[in-house]
Amino acid sequence: MTQPLRKLAPVAPAGEVSLYEVRQKIYPRAVGGWFAAWRWTLVWATQLVFYGVAWLEWNGRQAVLFDVAHRKFFLFGLVFWPQDIIYLTVLLILSAFSLFLFTALAGRLWCGYACPQTVYTEMFLWIERRIEGDRAARMRLDKEPLSFRKILRKGGKHLVWIALALWTGFTFVGYFTPIRGLASELAALSAGPWEAFWIGFYALATYGNAGWMREQVCKYMCPYARFQSAMFDKDTMIITYDAARGEPRGARSRRDDYRASGLGDCVDCGICVQVCPTGIDIRKGLQYECIGCAACIDGCNQVMDKMGYARGLIRYSTSHAMEKRLSRAQMFARVFRPRVLVYAAVLLAIAGAAAATLWLRVPLKMDVIRDRAAIAREVEGGMIENVYRLQIMNTSEHARALELAVKGLPGIHIPGEATIGMPAAESRVVTVKVRVPAGAQPGTHRIEFELKALGEERLEVEEKSVFIVR
Amino acid sequence: MSDFTSGFWDVYIAILTAVSIAACAVLLWSQTKGKAPAAADTTGHVWDEDLSEYNNPLPAWWRWLFYLTIVFGAVYLVLYPGLGSSWKGVLGWSQVSQLREETQKAEQQYGPLYEKFAALEVKDLARNPAALAVGQKLFLNHCAQCHASDAGGSRGFPNLTDKDWLWGGEPAQIEATITGGRNGVMPPWGPVLGEDGVKNVAHYVMSLSGGSADSIRVSKGKDIFASTCAACHGAEGKGNVALGAPNLTDKIWLHGSGEAAISETITKGRTSQMPAHKDLLTAAKIHILTAYVWSLSNTPGQ
Repeated sequence: MTQPLRKLAPVAPAGEVSLYEVRQKIYPRAVGGWFAAWRWTLVWATQLVFYGVAWLEWNGRQAVLFDVAHRKFFLFGLVFWPQDIIYLTVLLILSAFSLFLFTALAGRLWCGYACPQTVYTEMFLWIERRIEGDRAARMRLDKEPLSFRKILRKGGKHLVWIALALWTGFTFVGYFTPIRGLASELAALSAGPWEAFWIGFYALATYGNAGWMREQVCKYMCPYARFQSAMFDKDTMIITYDAARGEPRGARSRRDDYRASGLGDCVDCGICVQVCPTGIDIRKGLQYECIGCAACIDGCNQVMDKMGYARGLIRYSTSHAMEKRLSRAQMFARVFRPRVLVYAAVLLAIAGAAAATLWLRVPLKMDVIRDRAAIAREVEGGMIENVYRLQIMNTSEHARALELAVKGLPGIHIPGEATIGMPAAESRVVTVKVRVPAGAQPGTHRIEFELKALGEERLEVEEKSVFIVR
Repeated sequence: MSDFTSGFWDVYIAILTAVSIAACAVLLWSQTKGKAPAAADTTGHVWDEDLSEYNNPLPAWWRWLFYLTIVFGAVYLVLYPGLGSSWKGVLGWSQVSQLREETQKAEQQYGPLYEKFAALEVKDLARNPAALAVGQKLFLNHCAQCHASDAGGSRGFPNLTDKDWLWGGEPAQIEATITGGRNGVMPPWGPVLGEDGVKNVAHYVMSLSGGSADSIRVSKGKDIFASTCAACHGAEGKGNVALGAPNLTDKIWLHGSGEAAISETITKGRTSQMPAHKDLLTAAKIHILTAYVWSLSNTPGQ
């Protein structure tokens, strides 16, 4: 059975229709196979990380914590400060180039296997199937009049969904406020209003999007879906129905020679439509609704196996391969085309540069703010003194003794003690006097502050400033 | 104060806003249904010979989001003052009222702390690290522009970390200086003394702090100093805190040491002003600031 692509609500008088589409509920049928297994692998991989990592400890604190209130972002051994925003930029660039690369290679891989919308829909569907049964049973249940059994099934499903959604919201907020503290606060019903709001908000988003909205999110809300197709070309592997092999489709008896009666390999069983989470018919060709989940490939392969036909009536293939009837080897050879190579090269270069800068990152920062109004003053012995405020940030989790030096003018020095003690992960403003001996040339001189951690080779930062003599 | 000179524009914009919102609702309602498209899957429009447009209608729930924005707009205009200056909104909110509310909240939060600090003597307050931390913040905001962030001063702006005080370094004197400000005036003596006279006085002044000076000029300058300068700076040049006259016998020079700078001071005079802060800071804040400044040159508890 096939579903009509869309239905517009009929409105009187005759000839007029609603200009809005009425949503038709989709009941995706369960499917197993190579690609479904891949999707489940990714569901497990991403969700074990998401639900699990929040509970890991590191150095006596939460291993991954984005502490917005204190503007410190912990990622295992690394502590990022707002000044490290460049790494967020790098992460976004890496994500963008990964998207370009994977989309050019094989279309909407992200959508089909790893997008949270897909992952949570998959989890919610699994729960739905456990409680209400598979496609046919669910359709039957929806048509049934209200009964105790129906309320029990439906209510039970929503309860489990809400529980999972709340746990998801709780975990999400647990990345921004320490999750163990949040758990005990929730147990004592004393969580702050904002924490409670965001848990509720994220839970509602999960429940609404994965339980109710599903394909509507991909079809109408996701901008990603629309611009991904701009990255396709004729050598991009997409989920394709081999029309030359399948058509003309039709039911047939196993005993007959279907080729003799002029039929193709497609038995028109409709499995590919029934398993589709967006309710499309892949046999109509590439459509914008297709999220590339490959459920139809798994479904069709099962049928082909049963019929004793070769697998791959629906498969990952390219437009070129279809047009020119290329072999698999010929098709894969076209993976190494300039577009893919350039994307891959840029991605590798940025990833390499990012890894190198992370490795060489000095967990010490300094900003020099010169006193602006008090320009220069004369102190004992006719020496000229300038005053600076140094914002020193120790972004590591170790307390350090720092030594400050200044260079750039003959005889320039910092009077008195120039060792600064910095507690772990602290920012501190230090007022520093800098002197030059009498007789310095009036004017503005370039100088440089050097901050070194005592007993550590690599830990050194330099910052430019000016010294004014008048 | 409104930028518009006539109340007409106020009403005009209010009506325009209300009509626009209503028009949006009417437009949305009137565009809900229409003739069925000719072909099922396309809008029937064709461009550039073969470019046709797929008919991908919005889902019905999307329309309700549009209506929701209209409801939001209407509710917002009822709650907040968005329809001309005569409608104050049900919530009575304004920027000024919000500022007042937040100021009040801050006063409630920090008031008790300031009260506690205000009740303490300056010398006791200077022993309280929390008060000194507040004092330093106040200093950096209100004083550091002239006196530098280490309070070490600059040319023309006194150093507050030493024991040399123009107007006195006792807590009461410091508090009076911050509250009422000070005007330090040294009149110009150039026209009276002449170039040579100024030079002689300058050499005498240099000798007071043990600097190298021409001995003939020193002895000539001494007489002029006694008749002209001693009135304010004292017979021994030790200064007078009642007048803000600096001590000339130490090595601290507000306007620069050396013959050239001292001669310039004598010839042209100096006018220095410390602004009054009584209108800028509350008495409690001035009290804490006094404790901070006093602590810079005194060790509390001694």
